[in-house]
Amino acid sequence: MTVSRTRIRAIFRKELREFRRNRQIIASMAVFPLFFTVYPIVEIFALPSSSASALAQRQPLVYMLGIPALVPAAIAAYSIAGERQQGTLEPVLTTPIRAEELLLGKALAVLVPALAVSYGVFGIFVAAIELLAQPAVTAAVLHGPEVLAQLVFTPLIAALSIWVAIAISTRSNDTRVAQQLSILASLPTIVVTTTIAVGGLRATIHVAAAFFVLLLIMDSLGWRVVSPLMNRERLITGTKS
Amino acid sequence: MTLNRKTAPDVAKSGPALATDHLTKRFGARIAFSDVSFEVGHGEVFGFLGPNGAGKTTTMRTLGTLLTPTSGSATVAGLPLTPGNEVEIRRRIAVMPEAPGLYLRLTVAENLECFAGLYEAPDPGERISRALQAVKLTDRAGDPCGSLSKGLRQRVALARALLSDPQVLFLDEPTSGLDPVAARDVHELIDDLRQRGVTIFLSTHRLEEAERLCDRVAILNTTLRTIGRPDELRERLFAKTLTVRTLAPLADPDRLFGGLPAVNGWRPDGPGGYVVTVDDPAVAAPAVTRALVQAGADVLSIGSSQHSLEDVYLELVNQDAELEANHP
Repeated sequence: MTVSRTRIRAIFRKELREFRRNRQIIASMAVFPLFFTVYPIVEIFALPSSSASALAQRQPLVYMLGIPALVPAAIAAYSIAGERQQGTLEPVLTTPIRAEELLLGKALAVLVPALAVSYGVFGIFVAAIELLAQPAVTAAVLHGPEVLAQLVFTPLIAALSIWVAIAISTRSNDTRVAQQLSILASLPTIVVTTTIAVGGLRATIHVAAAFFVLLLIMDSLGWRVVSPLMNRERLITGTKS
Repeated sequence: MTLNRKTAPDVAKSGPALATDHLTKRFGARIAFSDVSFEVGHGEVFGFLGPNGAGKTTTMRTLGTLLTPTSGSATVAGLPLTPGNEVEIRRRIAVMPEAPGLYLRLTVAENLECFAGLYEAPDPGERISRALQAVKLTDRAGDPCGSLSKGLRQRVALARALLSDPQVLFLDEPTSGLDPVAARDVHELIDDLRQRGVTIFLSTHRLEEAERLCDRVAILNTTLRTIGRPDELRERLFAKTLTVRTLAPLADPDRLFGGLPAVNGWRPDGPGGYVVTVDDPAVAAPAVTRALVQAGADVLSIGSSQHSLEDVYLELVNQDAELEANHP
């Protein structure tokens, strides 16, 4: 099977245009990163140099991996349920687009802004720490391996959130319900990253490698699981032929 | 169920644009439509009528490859309706669903741009411009679809359906909710598409629209109840009659009408009114007029009874309702 780049690009561009003009999605993209950055930044700024040694035992940067878990979940939940709610799904499905092309176009349209927001907010966070925190605190918070982990795990976590949220979206008629369920489904990832961030679990290189492999497997499985859910009859009538 | 499967004149020449053979769709135990067989010729405008829940939209969705038939077979735009052909079929057809289904936050042009991409249309700008011209919306290209009236949205949906230059165009209630002027524009567009050889499968509730636009119509009520040209259906279902009105009631109508060889029977229709059953109104009318004048009757009017497609439709739907009431 060959996929058409033109059709994927058509869906991708359409989705980005819609996102840009949808207040609900803009709000989702803004609120979660704010929630994840304001509190830790304020906390870290307030820390005296003396607390740097205690902070060094934790991995606070990992906390920021909650952003790629939550932001795409909130946006991707809209992808199919939103189309169904506004009655736009049927015209799209009557075109020559294949289910895989529709899925790829929609997934990419979520992944790109989710990565931009996640990396952007992480960059702002790192810059703020570098510029405004006590030097000892900065040295305790910013570790090379954790910065690298942020870069590597962000797309993997985002992709997993996208597959789960699209799967939920294919079975839902209401965007709000789909969003709530998708956010709920991303909570296990948040629990893991938060546990690591507060020192409940030490993320060694072995733990990181294990998570990396696990996420890769889940991402490729996600594609296989979600593709059949894009069956036209199921999307139109809610039942599979 | 045996049906008169009359086909359009050009079906034999080039094969049907659309054909179904005992096509059936069930959702679990519920039958959406059953045993539907018909053929539609190239360039034909084919009307698909039926009450709500008759299975019209499901038939259209099945032929549009959105739903998989439970049994039976079909050919769409010259290709057998099989899973392997679905993408190619969708390349050759366009479907305009009842709800326009536009992206309301996007402009008219952006909506069309998206669909031109989905059809991989060569030179999309030119296609979009032509489609907008066809529906007279060129000056609204930059307007968000959310700001358009229902009629204008319907026209955008029609423009979207024209983007791919389809061989077969499925229109589901294209004039639903439109004012008479907007509906007339859509009718003109359908006429224009017919001239260009596009096959049109038109599902509609507006019987005068079907009568005016369609070469043939089919009436569906889960099963196909009848199919044919509107005039054929009228002839098939209703006896030919003359309606006679006289100033005063006739003294002996039985002797007057019964004595005419062109007349098969008669019944009263109010004071001074008679409905006369005949084989050929053109032959019978002069004979009836002469007989009335000879009998000294003051004739107010005499005319052939006209049955509309609506009468045909109501007759068939009422028959079904009676059947259902008698055999629930």
